[in-house]
Amino acid sequence: MIGIVDYGRGNLRSVEKALEKVGFEAVIMASPNELSKVKGLILPGVGAFADAMEALKVGGWIEPLIEFARSGRPFLGICLGMQILFEVGEEHGEYAGLGLLAGRVVRFPAGRKVPHMGWNSLELEQSSRLLEGIPNESYFYFVHSYYAEPADQGDIIATSDYGVIFPAVVGKANVWGAQFHPEKSSPWGLQLLTNFGKWVNEDDTLSSH
Amino acid sequence: MLSKRIIPCLDVHDGRVVKGTNFVQLRDAGDPVELAALYDREGADELIFLDITASSDNRETMVDVVRRTAEEVFIPFTIGGGLRTIEDIRRMLRAGADKIALNTSAVKTPRLIQEGAHAFGSQCIVVAIDARKTAQGQWEVYIHGGRTATGKDVLEWAAEVEALGAGEILLTSMDRDGTKIGYELELTRAVSRAVSLPVIASGGVGTLEHLAEGLTLGEADAVLAASIFHYKEYSIQEVKRFLAERGILVRGLA
Repeated sequence: MIGIVDYGRGNLRSVEKALEKVGFEAVIMASPNELSKVKGLILPGVGAFADAMEALKVGGWIEPLIEFARSGRPFLGICLGMQILFEVGEEHGEYAGLGLLAGRVVRFPAGRKVPHMGWNSLELEQSSRLLEGIPNESYFYFVHSYYAEPADQGDIIATSDYGVIFPAVVGKANVWGAQFHPEKSSPWGLQLLTNFGKWVNEDDTLSSH
Repeated sequence: MLSKRIIPCLDVHDGRVVKGTNFVQLRDAGDPVELAALYDREGADELIFLDITASSDNRETMVDVVRRTAEEVFIPFTIGGGLRTIEDIRRMLRAGADKIALNTSAVKTPRLIQEGAHAFGSQCIVVAIDARKTAQGQWEVYIHGGRTATGKDVLEWAAEVEALGAGEILLTSMDRDGTKIGYELELTRAVSRAVSLPVIASGGVGTLEHLAEGLTLGEADAVLAASIFHYKEYSIQEVKRFLAERGILVRGLA
């Protein structure tokens, strides 16, 4: 079972339906109380960095999410949910993120339309089970004005080009993030969710605890 | 690099598609969900449903269409038509829409753009602008499906909606709508340059060349088309192949 974090931000239903479409059971979680029951977790999100962190704080999510990541179970952040995996966000000030990945989230420099909205292609930087079966230069749907700058280049799995090259997929150990919306990126986005779902099913971290 | 988007528009009345009902490969050609799923499979980049139902009694029907679409379609889709309040917007987004489009209500209550952007994020607030050329060679904003002049200048209104927090502009030339003689390129380019938001060009498409012009000369980020897809004049793949041959970056070429 894959949990989807509901903290009042993001199109949860789309993520749930996309997972169902590719054959995985998902549950939308309105509180962190049942986190121990899920084998994998998706953190969606749209809106502003600080708002999202505040909503997570109010919902009592922050410590449980960090704990979940530490437990070794597969954890995927989508869009803003990927950005807040990092240490610091520079949206409307400077705010602390979950700090599960090292680095900052910065705004696209002037000279292009912001938000970056639409279908952009991926340049695969390293192989990963999350992107298994997805060809280089496949297209995904993005909507965002900020992007992550990981402190460790090794955390960058794939990049996209919007006048600046920015990370489109990041990850380290069991914590992953996609800047685009896989649930809205038919057909390759569904492949990514399939890969995540399989990983969750094969992962035995929960049973070994 | 960011590709240009091709967006079919579906007119929905009482939960049924009113154009594009002659697709032979559909079981029920009037079902918006089945048509939307077909466009997804064919490689459309996004979809827009325009609810042309006159009375708000049937709003629940549209919510149901949205809910079923969200189960079958995995590209972004926008709902427009008759949304007047934050609660209307919330219902559509909750049901699974990615974006909503405001037109008349945005002009009458500009605050709705701001409140919508604040509550749900700019990325889901599309403002639709219906433009008609004036005798002075400028463009005026029309509402109520093009029946009512507002006295607002299109370029000023576009800048205003950007400042209020809109995430995208759907720009329709009333002069060109239904003519099949091509987008009003001068208008499209002027709006595209007046704002830093993505602009979707609409109104007047009759040929593949028109789509290419909208994206190049018109400087639009996306093109919306209804009849050329619905009546099967061209498939999405044919459109994309043509655009790619013109050097325009598109996704999903089979």
